[in-house]
Amino acid sequence: MHDLTTSSYHVDTEGYYGPFGGAFIPEMLYGNVEQLRLTYRAIMDEPEFQQDFHRLLRDYVGRPTPLYFAPRLSECYNTRIYLKREDLNHTGAHKINNAIGQILLAMRMGKTRIIAETGAGQHGVATATVCALVGLPCVVYMGELDIARQAPNVARMRMLGAEVRPVTSGSRTLKDATNEAIRDWINHPEDTHYIIGSAVGPHPYPDMVTRFQSVISEEIRTQLLDQTGRSNPDAVMACVGGGSNAAGAFYHFLDQPDVRLIAVEAAGLGIHSGHSAATSVLGTEGIIHGSRTLLMQTDDGQIVEPYSLSAGLDYPGIGPLHAHLIRSGRAEALSVTDQEALEGALELTRLEGIIPALESAHALAAIGRAAFQPDDVVVLCLSGRGDKDMATYIEHLDQSSETSTP
Amino acid sequence: MSRITSLFNRKRQDILNIYFTAGHPTLDSTGTIIRELSQAGVDLIEVGIPYSDPLADGPTIQASSQQALANGMTLPILLEQIREVRPDTDVPLVLMGYLNQVMQYGAERFFRDARTAGVDGLILPDLPLVEFDRTYRELLQKAGLDIAFLVTPQTPPERIRQLDAASSGFLYLVSSSAITGGNSAFGDEQISYFTRLADMDLRNPRLIGFGIADHAGYATACHYANGAIVGSAFIRALDGGQPLGQVIPAFVQHIRGPQPATSSEYSKRSTSAS
Ligand SMILES: Cc1ncc(COP(=O)(O)O)c(C=O)c1O
Repeated sequence: MHDLTTSSYHVDTEGYYGPFGGAFIPEMLYGNVEQLRLTYRAIMDEPEFQQDFHRLLRDYVGRPTPLYFAPRLSECYNTRIYLKREDLNHTGAHKINNAIGQILLAMRMGKTRIIAETGAGQHGVATATVCALVGLPCVVYMGELDIARQAPNVARMRMLGAEVRPVTSGSRTLKDATNEAIRDWINHPEDTHYIIGSAVGPHPYPDMVTRFQSVISEEIRTQLLDQTGRSNPDAVMACVGGGSNAAGAFYHFLDQPDVRLIAVEAAGLGIHSGHSAATSVLGTEGIIHGSRTLLMQTDDGQIVEPYSLSAGLDYPGIGPLHAHLIRSGRAEALSVTDQEALEGALELTRLEGIIPALESAHALAAIGRAAFQPDDVVVLCLSGRGDKDMATYIEHLDQSSETSTP
Repeated sequence: MSRITSLFNRKRQDILNIYFTAGHPTLDSTGTIIRELSQAGVDLIEVGIPYSDPLADGPTIQASSQQALANGMTLPILLEQIREVRPDTDVPLVLMGYLNQVMQYGAERFFRDARTAGVDGLILPDLPLVEFDRTYRELLQKAGLDIAFLVTPQTPPERIRQLDAASSGFLYLVSSSAITGGNSAFGDEQISYFTRLADMDLRNPRLIGFGIADHAGYATACHYANGAIVGSAFIRALDGGQPLGQVIPAFVQHIRGPQPATSSEYSKRSTSAS
């Protein structure tokens, strides 16, 4: 059966990463998911699909995104830090890579209606954007709580022509928005494609999303070779909500054991505060959104409401690839509190003139804890920009200027 | 022979299966609801294990699950309640729940404990066939529990055969590809799906569920299959706030209608329970 010692970090033919993954879905979803499973690789491997995908990534998204050596940040941590600038993508985050891939796939499958879930709103904006691009109707499910804390992205989605449906069930955040999107898909078994926003969900989603995002590590290898004469860094770091930017940043290094893979989770108010989203520490094996993976749950198997100040990391599970990487020891997991992330965001802003997304700021805040050597080459995936988080940042800056003198 | 199989050996038509969420409206209502439903002449009772994230369920069952969890319902409490009520009724009891809870309890232990408590069968909508074949089939057989798989209008014929072969007790026909609690009026497409299934000569009796809320829906289900499963409409009735001893018999009578539902060509032709 599935054992932890498997040498491959890629999905097997049944949709598993070691013991994690699979497709635990009700029969009402079987047709949709099976159609995807049977066709996604064939469609993605068509030269014409690849051409369309890469042309749009270049001309529309603005890829390749720069790999930027951050001198002052490097000096601060006494190591060599390169930022993979996913924040410079059209729409402001890595999410667009996957949205472009999936919309092309949906069109080839003859789908005429698109649905998505969103937490921070970045994936919702990316999906609304690609739907506007190809002229398909788009419904985005978003938790009521997230609608309140990510107002600029809600406005963007609406301007792009998407319908944003507030989700009032459960914790009214990403988990519940995902439930509602899945229910919508059950109710529309024929015309609809669900563009899932992270490396989560039933097989083949985690693998499909990972492949679309793998353009990140593909570019890192070429750019690093150009800039340093070697294509492997000593470490790659990324924040993990569901795990799509991390999966994309890790992908081409999965089978390079000398490259450290560091996944950074949101600890919220502190890992053991009862208000956290640090799944790899607090989670146990179970099923969430059709995937067998690590998730935060009670002894009775009820999914626990996660907490993070950052809407994009406020998810009680992690994708099955990451569950496997962490449990097998291939990847290291670190976690960062709200407060540390806010400080990390401010630090990058003041040192490099880049305002990061609050999600990405979690990865930044973990640099100091990863024990890097001065000549280590570290690539950090800067998954998004901070525009959407300005209200949170301003509030934090106001608070900290009340307690300290500049 | 299992209670479910002997039910279908005895009675082939007009089967009424009522679903409720355990722990709703109150933590202790499980026993009362089962007794009242039995007395009202319901043929099968489906007990929902409340779950935080019921993917296949609509707003009514979601809300009842949240209420049940807030009331403190857990799987061990539910099994204890069933053990207590079992001597009072011979109606087959089917537990419906999501796989995550079964995994956390431990599948083998759960099946054994459920059987010991007096449960007759299970519905686990997110249990994939491959996993069933790999481990669960044997464990369920060992415990002596039936399991009903779901089919939908989109399920292709070969897969219907596989799901029928995996099922024991009965096969669950989802009326339209939708979450629970949807619309009740059956259209031509659904009727042709029910007819198609009736003509397949399946091994298991067929019960139609999802969206059946009144006598008309029940009668149609009985016409094209062996009976009906009613869930959300019953939960809404329980939410009315009247005493369970009044609302339950009234609801069952309302669904059964003035006379027994007319037997039909299709239900007469229904396959024998194996
Ligand atoms: C900028 C940014 N980074 C990271 C994430 C987390 O998602 P993932 O773990 O799939 O990369 C999000 C999610 O909304 C995001 O907006």
